Amino acid sequence: MDYTIIIGLEIHVQLQTESKMFSASGTAFGLPPNTQTDPVSLGLPGTLPVMNRKAFDLALKTAMALGATISRFTKWDRKNYYYPDLPKNYQISQYDLPFSLGGSLDIPAQKEGSGGGQCRLTRVHLEEDTGKLTHGVGGWSEVDLNRAGIPLLEIVSEPDIRNAADARACLEELRLTLIYLGVSDCEMQEGSLRCDANVNLHIQKDGKTIATPIVEIKNLNSFRSVERALEYEAERQYAKWQKDGLTIKDAFKETRGWSDPEGITKPQRQKETAADYRYFPEPDLVPVVVDDAWLDRVRATIGELPGPRRKRFETEFGLTPYDANVLVEQGQDVADYFETLAKTAGDAKLASNWIQQDVMRILSERKLKLAEFPIKIEVLGDLLRRVHIKALSTHQGREVLAKLLESDESLEQIIEAGGYGVISDRNALSKVIEEMIAANPKAMEDLKGGKKKPDAVKGFLRGQVMKATGGKADPSLVGDLLDERLANVQD
Amino acid sequence: MIEPTRMSAVELINQMSAGHLSAEEVTRAYIDRIDRLDRSVKSFLLFDPESALTVARSIDQKRRNGEHLGPLAGVPIALKDNLCTPGLPTTCGSRMLQNFRPPYEATVIRKLREADAVFIGKTNMDEFAMGSSTENSAYGATCNPWDLERIPGGSSGGSAASVAADFAPLSIGSDTGGSIRQPAALCGIVGLKPTYGRVSRYGLIAFASSLDQIGPFAHDLADTSLLLQVISGHDPHDATSVDSPVPDYLATLEKPPERLRIGLVREFFSEGLDPEIEAAVREAVRLYVGAGATVKDVSLPHSKYGTAAYYIVAPAECSSNLARYDGTIFGHRAADWSPRTPEEAEIPPLIRMMMASRAEGFGAEVKRRIMLGTFALSAGYADQYYNQALKVRRLIRNDFDAAFADVDVLIGPTTPTAAFKLGEKAADPLAMYLSDIYTITTNLAGIPGLSIPCGLTKSGLPIGLQLMAPAFAEENLLRTARVFERQTDWHTRRPSLA
Amino acid sequence: MSLTRDDVTKVAFLARLQLEPHELDTFTGQLNSIMDFVAQLQEPDTADIEPLAHGVEIHNVFREDRAVPSLTREAALSNAPKRNQESFLVPVVLD
Ligand SMILES: [Mg+2]
Ligand SMILES: [Zn+2]
Repeated sequence: MDYTIIIGLEIHVQLQTESKMFSASGTAFGLPPNTQTDPVSLGLPGTLPVMNRKAFDLALKTAMALGATISRFTKWDRKNYYYPDLPKNYQISQYDLPFSLGGSLDIPAQKEGSGGGQCRLTRVHLEEDTGKLTHGVGGWSEVDLNRAGIPLLEIVSEPDIRNAADARACLEELRLTLIYLGVSDCEMQEGSLRCDANVNLHIQKDGKTIATPIVEIKNLNSFRSVERALEYEAERQYAKWQKDGLTIKDAFKETRGWSDPEGITKPQRQKETAADYRYFPEPDLVPVVVDDAWLDRVRATIGELPGPRRKRFETEFGLTPYDANVLVEQGQDVADYFETLAKTAGDAKLASNWIQQDVMRILSERKLKLAEFPIKIEVLGDLLRRVHIKALSTHQGREVLAKLLESDESLEQIIEAGGYGVISDRNALSKVIEEMIAANPKAMEDLKGGKKKPDAVKGFLRGQVMKATGGKADPSLVGDLLDERLANVQD
Repeated sequence: MIEPTRMSAVELINQMSAGHLSAEEVTRAYIDRIDRLDRSVKSFLLFDPESALTVARSIDQKRRNGEHLGPLAGVPIALKDNLCTPGLPTTCGSRMLQNFRPPYEATVIRKLREADAVFIGKTNMDEFAMGSSTENSAYGATCNPWDLERIPGGSSGGSAASVAADFAPLSIGSDTGGSIRQPAALCGIVGLKPTYGRVSRYGLIAFASSLDQIGPFAHDLADTSLLLQVISGHDPHDATSVDSPVPDYLATLEKPPERLRIGLVREFFSEGLDPEIEAAVREAVRLYVGAGATVKDVSLPHSKYGTAAYYIVAPAECSSNLARYDGTIFGHRAADWSPRTPEEAEIPPLIRMMMASRAEGFGAEVKRRIMLGTFALSAGYADQYYNQALKVRRLIRNDFDAAFADVDVLIGPTTPTAAFKLGEKAADPLAMYLSDIYTITTNLAGIPGLSIPCGLTKSGLPIGLQLMAPAFAEENLLRTARVFERQTDWHTRRPSLA
Repeated sequence: MSLTRDDVTKVAFLARLQLEPHELDTFTGQLNSIMDFVAQLQEPDTADIEPLAHGVEIHNVFREDRAVPSLTREAALSNAPKRNQESFLVPVVLD
């Protein structure tokens, strides 16, 4: 099987605005049907659209962050087609002069190091969302226009993606970028991030490349379904080609829908003729002219993006690529939290481990957001600093953390009351070691007689020392002292 | 005292504020006249005397209380039925919107309400404002008060006829290719299409969005100025409404224009122009010369393509604007959409429902223009038709810009002929389209155009003089027209209605 | 330009208009005479001419991102040709 999968994505993102793209009704998700409308979003006769400034700013911000070229002159067009979720039967969109062209997204490599690379973007444009259609209730379909008119960003990629995992990674990276930009909440389940994929195969045969007909896959409602659908579709197209030999020249683009429960793509109703959208300039809206000052203003609002932040976590904080990625992909608040914690604790690796192992676990157990974490970041930082300088052992640190969560007492009070601390005085520890050896003569006998291995005896004695000191002995120092002491015995 | 229905709005306002007349008396006078005479004119689709009287009484009460009153306090006004009036039927002359009651208010309606005008009724119109005779109304034709066998013009025929017949001193129309000026000319009254962007279109049911503009009808220029003043201005709900100050048109009306440089449009005196109309317009020119005007022959060389460009641009926009009438969210839905042929059985029920609803809801002219526009925008034809029409539109605008470099106002006839007989052009769409030949170009260029009465034909039909000015030069346009009006009495003539 | 009955049928479908056979004949004739009339648009030289799509050439008109309360559901559905308690109803759509 010698083929390459050619994948391009078409992504729709709802922008996070308070009001709709062209009117003042709200944009909440999940309201009862038809309780979030106004005359404009119902498409009532006589109504007119007026552009939401924030939607345009968010769109500019996104396109600039993706390295796109911003058009200095952009206009609105009508895309005409009849559908019940589109009350005017035209969508206000952008056709020949979108506000942004080009740009790209860096796809991170897979964990095992494969895949990744750059995906170029064709264009980003702005348009309005449609309503929602619920199919088939007693011979009727229900139309809910709550969503109609919410600002939508359409991002179209070049067919640069070569495998299903990369397609998923590309979409995930885009989502992370948009979340970092604060332009969308990107909830795929709520439809604020939607993805269609165009896919076909380039099959190598007898030194020639044969392209299969392009299929547009719709109904991809999760990252997992993007990956599964593309894997399925590649195999389906290959099998189909082996059977019928049809190539891109022999067929129209086909639209198929992904059925998640069945794990297959299915043909969607074919239009008898190619769509004729009869685009023309929207006469109710005026063009937008963008100047340098505007671009500068928007550029200043773009913070550090996920890619550069991962890099900086590696170079500035010495994290592994894995740890850097885990922290960055949790979102900006976690990454920011890490930076503060690492600085307070004086130990980035320690901060990273504690966030990943402890903070995240506690948040998920208690169903809290990071901002609601019950321990102040300065207190946690102080605790980690003590662990870092070995004033507390890791084990003690975790006990103290647990107590911090349970009680109102301060860190100092808990450490004091619990008598936490580390004994790292050589003489004092040597004295305890001698006491333990004296109290357990059998251990030395076993060692001398060769009945037990030195490591076993050392482990036993270290346990006794830790017990005798109430766990406060510096474990690595005890180990060193025991090594010295037992070396003499063996001689 | 003369009969209130023979007074101008300005006179009515003076009489009411002097306490000689109440708003209720005025409103009742008009209601009585409508009751007696609209049977033969048929200018109203909705006539609601009770609510008009209620508003009139509340205005009288406000006046007694010494409350602030708006500039049109107590003045009856008729409204074209393509303006959204909340809770009241707004049919657009179409069966499609027979039961439509907008849950919102057009900006112009709000402004008039806030000006304390009294809404006397909603007037008949060509369906969706497509037509030049008001014969394309789903609710029957309106008759010309000067000759009941003739058309009042269109599409704002009901609004023009209602003022001509003294059913209201003022009315509102809309003008996409001449739909205010042409009926004003044929009904012997004043009609103004303001500059595109001068008056908010929010709540005006769209025909062709880049051309539509709301404007006033009245008997004279003072009333026209007053009404224009009230309805003009920037509206945050209309992105194409221009944010520039509204002059006090009435206050400056009597000031003679600073310059009186008039251009006579050569192309508007071509074949097809009725000699009686040409004579009346030439007489008007002589009068201007007598008033000290310099009159110059100017050419708008591309105006001859105006009608052709218009009949691509307007249908293209209308095909999209009227797509929303599909029986889904509002408007007429067919009772039956079952397939009538095997081919139709292949079409999904939803689409059959839309197709049947639109077939029943729209009249022939609307369907014709929707198809024309759909075709002009369709794949493979858009460049040849739609885009080419937009380029020609630019040429037409450039002609006006060049002309206005030398003159302040252009004049010519409003229409090539006086009112024609009902049914005369019904079978020939193209002949009907040509009755807007002199008005269409101003819509394409976006500039203001005004029609004022300038004579009567031998058979007693009104003749209109058209004046055009650069964008946002309404003030000068009105003052220039006033030079003519002051020296003539055509605006005082009335039809004799039994 | 000559539009055939087939062309007009296609346009009517695109415009979602059901035509009676006699209407199809009438419209075909009328559309052809209109298209013949508008053929004159090809006469002027428009090589360097920018299309003029708007009635007024202004730009950058925006509204601020502020939401107002929704229409009530009753108001939203008040003109619906067919509805239930909460939605507009259309003949079933299957994908
Ligand atoms: Mg629809
Ligand atoms: Zn889209």
